[in-house]
Amino acid sequence: MTRLLLTGNAAAAWGARLAGAEYFPVFPITPQTEIIETLGRWIDSGEMGGRMVTLDSEHSMITAAGAAAATGVRTFTATSSQGLLYGMEMLYTVAGWRVPLVMVNVSRGLSAPITLEPDHNDILAARDSGCLILHAATCQEVVDAMLIATRMTEDPRVRLPVIVNLDGFYLSFTREPVILPDATLVSRFLPDLDPGDYAFRANQPVSEAVAVLGGGPYSYFRYETHLAALAGEQVFEEAVADFAEIFGRNYGAVDCHQTNDADVVFVQMGSFATKAHDAVDRLREQGIKAGLVRPFLIRPWPGDALINALSGKKAVVVIDQNISMGMGGILHSEIASTLYGQSGAPPVLMSVIGGLGGRDIVFDEYAALAGEALSAAERGETPPPRLLYTENELREMRKFQAIAAVEALHEEDAP
Amino acid sequence: MTKTSRFASMKELPSEHLLRPGTAMCAGCGGLEAVKEVYDVLGKKTVFVNAAGCMTLSAIYPFTPFQGSWLYTAMASAPAGAQGVRDALDILKDRGSISDDEDLDVVVLTGDGAAYGMGLSATSGAIERGLDFLYLCYDNEGYGNTGQQYSAATPHGARTATSTGAIGFPGFKKDLFSIWAAHDPAYVATIIGSEPLDLARKVEKAATMTGPRLILALSPCPPGWDYDPKDTVDIGHLAVKTGIFPLKEYVDGKVTHTRTPHPRVPVEEYLKLQGRFKHLFEPKRDDFTIADIQARVDAYWAEVENGEK
Repeated sequence: MTRLLLTGNAAAAWGARLAGAEYFPVFPITPQTEIIETLGRWIDSGEMGGRMVTLDSEHSMITAAGAAAATGVRTFTATSSQGLLYGMEMLYTVAGWRVPLVMVNVSRGLSAPITLEPDHNDILAARDSGCLILHAATCQEVVDAMLIATRMTEDPRVRLPVIVNLDGFYLSFTREPVILPDATLVSRFLPDLDPGDYAFRANQPVSEAVAVLGGGPYSYFRYETHLAALAGEQVFEEAVADFAEIFGRNYGAVDCHQTNDADVVFVQMGSFATKAHDAVDRLREQGIKAGLVRPFLIRPWPGDALINALSGKKAVVVIDQNISMGMGGILHSEIASTLYGQSGAPPVLMSVIGGLGGRDIVFDEYAALAGEALSAAERGETPPPRLLYTENELREMRKFQAIAAVEALHEEDAP
Repeated sequence: MTKTSRFASMKELPSEHLLRPGTAMCAGCGGLEAVKEVYDVLGKKTVFVNAAGCMTLSAIYPFTPFQGSWLYTAMASAPAGAQGVRDALDILKDRGSISDDEDLDVVVLTGDGAAYGMGLSATSGAIERGLDFLYLCYDNEGYGNTGQQYSAATPHGARTATSTGAIGFPGFKKDLFSIWAAHDPAYVATIIGSEPLDLARKVEKAATMTGPRLILALSPCPPGWDYDPKDTVDIGHLAVKTGIFPLKEYVDGKVTHTRTPHPRVPVEEYLKLQGRFKHLFEPKRDDFTIADIQARVDAYWAEVENGEK
């Protein structure tokens, strides 16, 4: 067993290497670049085989990745934030091509204003693309998710790209101990890629991604893609069962912590959920029955697992590290639609926005939210949505604004 | 022109055509004319990687006119799609998973809207990386598939759906040939379907080369240029005879003109066949603009004669 201290980015690169990817169309963007630098170094030194090519943009990069996958080569690529959005047209497109492709997105807040630290508006912008999504919370999960994603994407029942998501900075640049999966065990878990009849060959002409006219055939292909995405849940369950048997680590579509007897449950995804995990333990010490539900599988959406985990709870607090302008938290609305009308649906489903652009969420905030949710449950009414922001933060912001305004005044005064 | 061409005369041109009939292209499409002739020379062992444009509608599920393969990508990134297919085929060949017989020539098929504008970054990248591919642009001098709005390929004075003012399009056609040539690729050529022998020789030459090979096909467009579909070949001939569309190629840092029209037919003979230039002649003749267009053509050929082009 090899145990290493790895950043989230290095874990992603190891995942691609262990999965046996051979083709790497890339484009640099912070905070993802370390992944492609690591892979490039291994290829240049001969430590691993494969071919890397830097395209002119993420749009081109995803096109090249999809086209290589359609030609029958195991392909990996990675991006972040603006890059994911720049390539968004091709994300939808290659999903429609039904090609196996594993891609990493390292989450980072979206412009404007341009920033560096993470939130989840980037990856959630891809939620309707047809790509499946796994969202890792630790570096160990990153490397394991890469192998699980490769199994899922190449399964003939799925054949949709899978995005492995990890949070920028908090995970991408944080070293954690990682057990590196043994290469011989990986070959037991992952069969060689079988492109079947899909690849381009001179003796086997294929027309791929041709235009369709009319809603009938278009709807057929779209429904087919949706059904393949839904089938991804069963394929995921089979993959994690094999993974547990071969590697001894267990994964579920939804990761539950202290939920069995919980009165109030937080729902959060990604690395910030580890903050909620810690808060739950501390609240328990104070006698508050808190719990945490963390979706690991984001697409397909693990509705049944979430219903099982949340039914019968007094209150649920969904902390969205994203914001749909004019609506609110995206996970909150997905969970509300999942729970609505289910017997045992929690009477209180609170919406909280926090962690935008890497803004910290501290224990006191988790404690206050748990208290508010429980008292709301007693009253029987869900409180209004919360946008986490402290008086201190506002005071700091007012200082910034004063400085910005003074600068502006100086500019006006200039001759 | 290469002496070893198997196309010594029109008689040697393929008499059987690979491209099947029944596409959704317009009657008299100069783009389809060029694609058909190019395909006959390239053969079936090709995968066309297509960018959004008129030709995207040549393959409509469940039909295709191509006997080889096809991949539609998007408007901006067909050369990147070609990169992915080429690299994957090379990886498979290197590890012995496919034989040379199963290999394919990768051909980008794009209109001028993508080639001159949105797709230029991806094209530049593919050339700069030395991608082994053939790039075919059918240039109908406007966003034809959406009803002929002006593009960076639209010539000065042409009326389009978005240049309906007194002089038509006020800008000038971008010199894409020179932009490509500045990258020093293996081969650049201009062709037109109405000159099938020149076309076949150039495509034949390109097919024997490796590296980036880019071909620009002027593609007369009956609905976009507003003329009778039967005139496509005549207009193509006049584009060459007036010198407004020079037939040329770039190899090893040198531009060679494969046809030098002499004497040149006045450019107005080309313009007046097309409704898009009608406002230059009716109701009142616009001598200034016609002379301006003629002067630019004359200046081009003067530079050619002086060895400056």
